[in-house]
Amino acid sequence: MKQTSGTGNWRAYGLVLALAAVWIIFTIVTDGVFLEPRNFSNLMRQTAVTGVLAVGMVMVILAGQIDLSVGSLVGITGMAAVLAQASLHWGLVPSLFAGIAVGAAIGALQGALTAYGGIPAFIVTLGGLLAWRGATKGISAGNTYPVEIRMFKSIGQSYLSPTTGVVLLVLGVAALAAIVVQRNRSRRKHGLPAWSGGGVALRILLPSAIAAGFVWAFNRYAGVPIPFLILIVVALAGSFVTKNTTYGRYLYAIGGNPEAARLSGINLPLNIMASFCVLGALAGVAGIIYTARVGAAGPDAGTLLELDAIAACVIGGASLMGGRGTVMGACLGALFMASLDNGMSLKNVPDFIQDIVKGSVLVAAVGVDIWGRRRR
Amino acid sequence: MDSQVPERTPLLEMKSIGMSFPGVRALDSVSFDLYPGEIHALVGENGAGKSTLMKTLGGVYPFGNYEGEIQIGGQVQRFHNVHDSAAAGVAIVFQELSLVPEMTVAENMFLGRAPARGGVVQWDVIQAKASRLSSNLQLGLDVSTPVGQLGIGKQQLVEIAKALSHEARILVLDEPTAALTDREAQTLFAILADLRKRGIGIIYISHRLDEVLLLSDRITVLRDGKAIATAPTQKWTAETMISSMVGREVRQLFPAKNRPAGEVVLEARSVSATDSRVSGIAGVEGVSFQARRGEVLGIAGLMGAGRTELLMALFGCYPGTVSGEIRVSGKDVSIESPADAIRHGIGLVTEDRKRTGLALDHSILTNVTLAALPRVSGKYVTEESREISAAERVLQSLRLKASSLFMSVGTLSGGNQQKVVLGKWLLTEPKVLLLDEPTRGIDVGAKQEIYAEIDALARSGMAVVLVSSELPEVLGLSDRIMVMHEGRVTGEFPADKATPDLVMACATGQANQVAS
Repeated sequence: MKQTSGTGNWRAYGLVLALAAVWIIFTIVTDGVFLEPRNFSNLMRQTAVTGVLAVGMVMVILAGQIDLSVGSLVGITGMAAVLAQASLHWGLVPSLFAGIAVGAAIGALQGALTAYGGIPAFIVTLGGLLAWRGATKGISAGNTYPVEIRMFKSIGQSYLSPTTGVVLLVLGVAALAAIVVQRNRSRRKHGLPAWSGGGVALRILLPSAIAAGFVWAFNRYAGVPIPFLILIVVALAGSFVTKNTTYGRYLYAIGGNPEAARLSGINLPLNIMASFCVLGALAGVAGIIYTARVGAAGPDAGTLLELDAIAACVIGGASLMGGRGTVMGACLGALFMASLDNGMSLKNVPDFIQDIVKGSVLVAAVGVDIWGRRRR
Repeated sequence: MDSQVPERTPLLEMKSIGMSFPGVRALDSVSFDLYPGEIHALVGENGAGKSTLMKTLGGVYPFGNYEGEIQIGGQVQRFHNVHDSAAAGVAIVFQELSLVPEMTVAENMFLGRAPARGGVVQWDVIQAKASRLSSNLQLGLDVSTPVGQLGIGKQQLVEIAKALSHEARILVLDEPTAALTDREAQTLFAILADLRKRGIGIIYISHRLDEVLLLSDRITVLRDGKAIATAPTQKWTAETMISSMVGREVRQLFPAKNRPAGEVVLEARSVSATDSRVSGIAGVEGVSFQARRGEVLGIAGLMGAGRTELLMALFGCYPGTVSGEIRVSGKDVSIESPADAIRHGIGLVTEDRKRTGLALDHSILTNVTLAALPRVSGKYVTEESREISAAERVLQSLRLKASSLFMSVGTLSGGNQQKVVLGKWLLTEPKVLLLDEPTRGIDVGAKQEIYAEIDALARSGMAVVLVSSELPEVLGLSDRIMVMHEGRVTGEFPADKATPDLVMACATGQANQVAS
């Protein structure tokens, strides 16, 4: 236990420390603007799109695959959702469904080409990066379409009322407490040492305190942003799937040693295809948030987002060889990337420097990980 | 074997070598020497310090990391890296092969130091040198063949040729025969005898004690980082070696048999398979056999006889290319994938645990429950506590030595890794357990525990099918023995009728004893 989870913890602490350092630096150089309620709220809304993509991406990476097409998927799913309203006059729910279904279908197709067709994911999705961008330009004829339904726009732009935020927080803490107590009971039932009272309290109070801090910070401005709420739901679901389901375990196993996984009776192609399909659907969710936030779907929406999503996973500790990584790490990685974006924009750092910094941070994060590993 | 220790100056002297890792004293004042023209065997359980000792000699652990002194030809050596050691005439062939499969034999032999003039590689020179080396060693192979097309045994020989191409005076071989058939091993022994005549000193590390007794001039036993004893080979027996290695008397390596056999659980009728993915392998041709409840069926044969392929075919690894009938508990079954096989109560412990058995970076827990996850944890949603208690139960029964279920499997010794693989299949509650080389590369103590476990499984009513290249293992463990040669069954007899000579005659295709 010391060794593996030790390394994992070391990584997690490292990332949290790096994040804290970045926040402190930006707060100082912006004379406190960075952490002001308004900017904090913005930062979290920015994190949402990358974060949702990163949750899906980390599952694909866990299985030892990669998806380079998600930026283009954000573009085409957002466009599909808006065109459903503009051209087909569909309502809110059908147009949301249209966006997500297009993403899932494309993910399934690319997954099938990779897993059953045997074409490397890198190639399939590199082709997809280009092809789906082209398709987006085709169906939009190069035009930008405004979002028509007001409720749709609010997905990207509104906030929970402060009271609703607090109510959700209380419900969340209650649910967490119930889960921890239930798990402890289950440990006892199966003859494992139960957690002490302090252990139980820590497992409930620490996450609750963090969540409460977030709600408080949001409520100082306008309340919890809807995109952030969506990210939390997606992240919790993704974390549950990867950690607590057989499917999640199979993804780790497939990435860790595909041959051992196959000989253990795991259906490799099916599970791999499913991971692409889930990522496609989440790209649909991200596309909707993105479009709603901007208020319109354009032919170039989402360009280069695949890099942010992959960087988030890798900074969050995922290995591109597969078999290693966590959803929570990927979300922290997304927050880290968004913090860099946001802070540098606040300081009016020129675009080209922002790109250079983000690229260097990605390479450095992997370097630190690999050197740390080698020294052990 | 003629084995007088020559009264000359030693080629190599390692004096009081000590080395510590955090929390472990890996080597404790070990002294070891080697004379020219001598084969000095180094034996000991895994973790005894053999590899660590050789890594100090090879410059893997550079000067300054260990205590003591290394002298070659009377001169103190301070190796800062692998190149220094190679330059001093040390060549080490580690257990894992380091050949590039896509490159030819000649290219591999001169990898990284191809003769070049002005930066241009002289392919003719490489070709000529490699051919000379190959014929000197009587490898009998075309040096322009890609290494990937050779069998593992030939690859091992190429690795040795590569090591010798450095004009080495000291050759270290770490488990060279682990992957070789007996015939290939004989070729290797002949080559080693020849090298000895030429005055090369050879350090020979092996778990196969009979081989060590046959081949070496002197034997040193290591245990827990200490040199327990060094003596000329004729003073040793397998039993004295084992008791020095484990520090206790080991009387009976194999459990007593007399197990009553029950009804037929697994039956193969004229099973044939061609593995299209491996070129040049005969595959399996018309193999029929029965495995019964409560017995161990041993399958003997040389490497490439189709034994692994037979197990893989039964386990659904070659969908669409297997013909013949497979019956489980008297019912015809169709097995098109490992998942089908598992569902019908078949388990397969593959021959290469690192490549096909375990995800080495992952925890013991996730590895051991992988094949039976829906059964031991939950069909869709996993239940950690239930899973942990199932894993603990099976691993305790296998006497796994590990401080926690959450440590990564890669940090365990070979024997403990093998127990995790075995545990993985036991959790699927198989009716038939197929074991492919279950004790390859693990130490004597762990071997004995695996043998006891195989016996216990058979007694508990499982049918065990055991493939092993170690003849004593097949003979010692099995109730019945089947021999394969080039994909066909060439012999089948009850254990008490099977002699090593008879089995080898069938395995080499010189006898056929199927009609019984």
